[in-house]
Amino acid sequence: MSGAQLSAAHAEAGRRARNARLGLLGPAVLIILLISILPLGITVVYSFLTPGTYGGVTWEFSTAAYVQFLFEEDIFDGTLAFNPAYLQIFLRSIGLAFGAMIGTLILGFPTAYFIATKPRQQRTFWLFLITLPFWTNILIRTYAMLLIIRDEGFINLTLMNLRIINHPLSILYTDTAVFIGLIYTYLPFMVLPLYASLEKLDFRLVEAGYDLYASRWKVLSHVIAPLAKPGIIAGCVLVFIPGLGAYITPELLGGGKKLMIGNMIAIQFGSSRNWPFGSAAALILMALVVIVLLVYARAAGREAKAHG
Amino acid sequence: MKPTIRIAAAASAFAFVAVAANAEGELNIYNWGNYTSPEMIEKFEAENDVTVNLDGYDSNETMLAKVQAGNTGYDIVVPGDYMIKVMIEQDLLEEVKPNEMENFGNVDPDWVDVWWDPGRNYSIPYQWGTTSFTVDTEVYGGDIDTLALMFDAPDELKGRINMLNDMNDVINAGLRYLGYGRCNGNEDEMREVLELLLAAKEDWRTMDYSTIEKLTSGDVDLSQTWNGAAMRARAQRPTLKYAYPKEGFTGWMDNVAVLKGAPNLENAKLFINFMMDPENAAMTSNFARYANGITGSEEFMDAEMLDAPEIVMPDGAPTPDFVTPCPQEVVDLYNRVWTRLKQ
Repeated sequence: MSGAQLSAAHAEAGRRARNARLGLLGPAVLIILLISILPLGITVVYSFLTPGTYGGVTWEFSTAAYVQFLFEEDIFDGTLAFNPAYLQIFLRSIGLAFGAMIGTLILGFPTAYFIATKPRQQRTFWLFLITLPFWTNILIRTYAMLLIIRDEGFINLTLMNLRIINHPLSILYTDTAVFIGLIYTYLPFMVLPLYASLEKLDFRLVEAGYDLYASRWKVLSHVIAPLAKPGIIAGCVLVFIPGLGAYITPELLGGGKKLMIGNMIAIQFGSSRNWPFGSAAALILMALVVIVLLVYARAAGREAKAHG
Repeated sequence: MKPTIRIAAAASAFAFVAVAANAEGELNIYNWGNYTSPEMIEKFEAENDVTVNLDGYDSNETMLAKVQAGNTGYDIVVPGDYMIKVMIEQDLLEEVKPNEMENFGNVDPDWVDVWWDPGRNYSIPYQWGTTSFTVDTEVYGGDIDTLALMFDAPDELKGRINMLNDMNDVINAGLRYLGYGRCNGNEDEMREVLELLLAAKEDWRTMDYSTIEKLTSGDVDLSQTWNGAAMRARAQRPTLKYAYPKEGFTGWMDNVAVLKGAPNLENAKLFINFMMDPENAAMTSNFARYANGITGSEEFMDAEMLDAPEIVMPDGAPTPDFVTPCPQEVVDLYNRVWTRLKQ
């Protein structure tokens, strides 16, 4: 075989490998294009159009949707003024999502630690219990929570029957109720990545910490937490992002008096008849999520470098 | 390697071939949630040998947005009065000429020349009623026929009120309370409405469409609601009473119509004719608890429907106010008031 033949065979093999890669990637790429990029493109286009009279859009370019997010023609005198209404809705959603993230971390860390320190053969059972709620639809789980915390629900009836309280605690239809609902819904998303990190933790390092006279708190903050950091970050991202766009939980448990991002976007396509603004708000929400992910990627990158 | 590519391409193409093709003998109904009599559906299925698929929405606007997005596969929709007008203007409804159908003679003449579909070329009456509020008379003993109960709540009702999560219903009630006109583009008057709503909201517990459940679960003692829903709630909580506020209240009619491009057009027409039969209209009324606008249906209705205080308006009650769709500038103004209210 001459050198030329050899390189031709090489080129042929390379082409085949490339074709194989393309063929294997094809379906996934096609699906991403069709159900992710294409709708996103439509959203971007719509956000720069003018709202149609009864919903829908008319094909006239406009940046009004983005201007509307921060400013409005004064509701009564027509001048352009800063309008914090939508910003406030975003901030409330961010606050609740952040609260849910902290809440699930506080509840999830001990849970994950508990499971990770069980004998190996028992862990599967505990993990099974964590994933059990996924067997039920989120709507039904949220509704179950509503039945538990309502005025004549399980908690209030029990407390009243035990004569601990005389009047039902008004938990339902408050921010507290949304908070409880979010924590309940997203707890598994925190526990699972934390468990994955803690499971790999070398407990000899914990023992070493104690040997060096570290207090329990010192061991937790200087040994366990840094080693579990990838899990903590992953869990926080997994809770914060869906929490930000949560729709069902605030809708059912919040009582509908205050808007959250998800609900605010939804009404733009309904009674507000303003699809461009709904699209713009959805994109702004997405930009927020991307920022969170970038922060995560940078943190993870530093982590990899530190251990690499 | 080529076969691999072909298989891969075939696999991804397969996903798009699986678009639901409608078999013969189907009818897809898109109606308000909890508003369709299962008994009536069963009867239609049995008489015409079709399978009925039912889907629900919670507001005219939700339905409109979905229909505008296209390719819903629905045949029948049940829009409210003003929404029929909007959908005819937007060319979303099929002109099925119910006025030439066999059972059209049963439609109460009062409901034929309506402003939203004069002469009934597109739609027929489904149910009609009023939007006011219902209140537990055991919790509040005073006069209930005033909107002050929602906007200047007595102590007994503070924090025990549910309002409909509906921009028009809430703003219209506010306008009536202040004595201003509907579809109001007057900015000074709307500013007053906003101030009124913001102050009143302190006493509201929730803003939600599921009024029956809110009332029967004991979450609230007063809820803005529709008369039929009030009657259904009263069945489980007998101390509830539906109010006919002296400041006025909304009247409405939901209408059965066929969507343009309905995949099962012939079945949809059969259904329109079927719904004008007094017995079938009565089945709907017995379920949803509203009047239906079909003459002769009374004899098939449950006895308690005929003298129910939610349906038979007392003498001296104001005439229900049928609200027309508002111009875009007014909708924009309402939107801003609504967002401020819920920010």
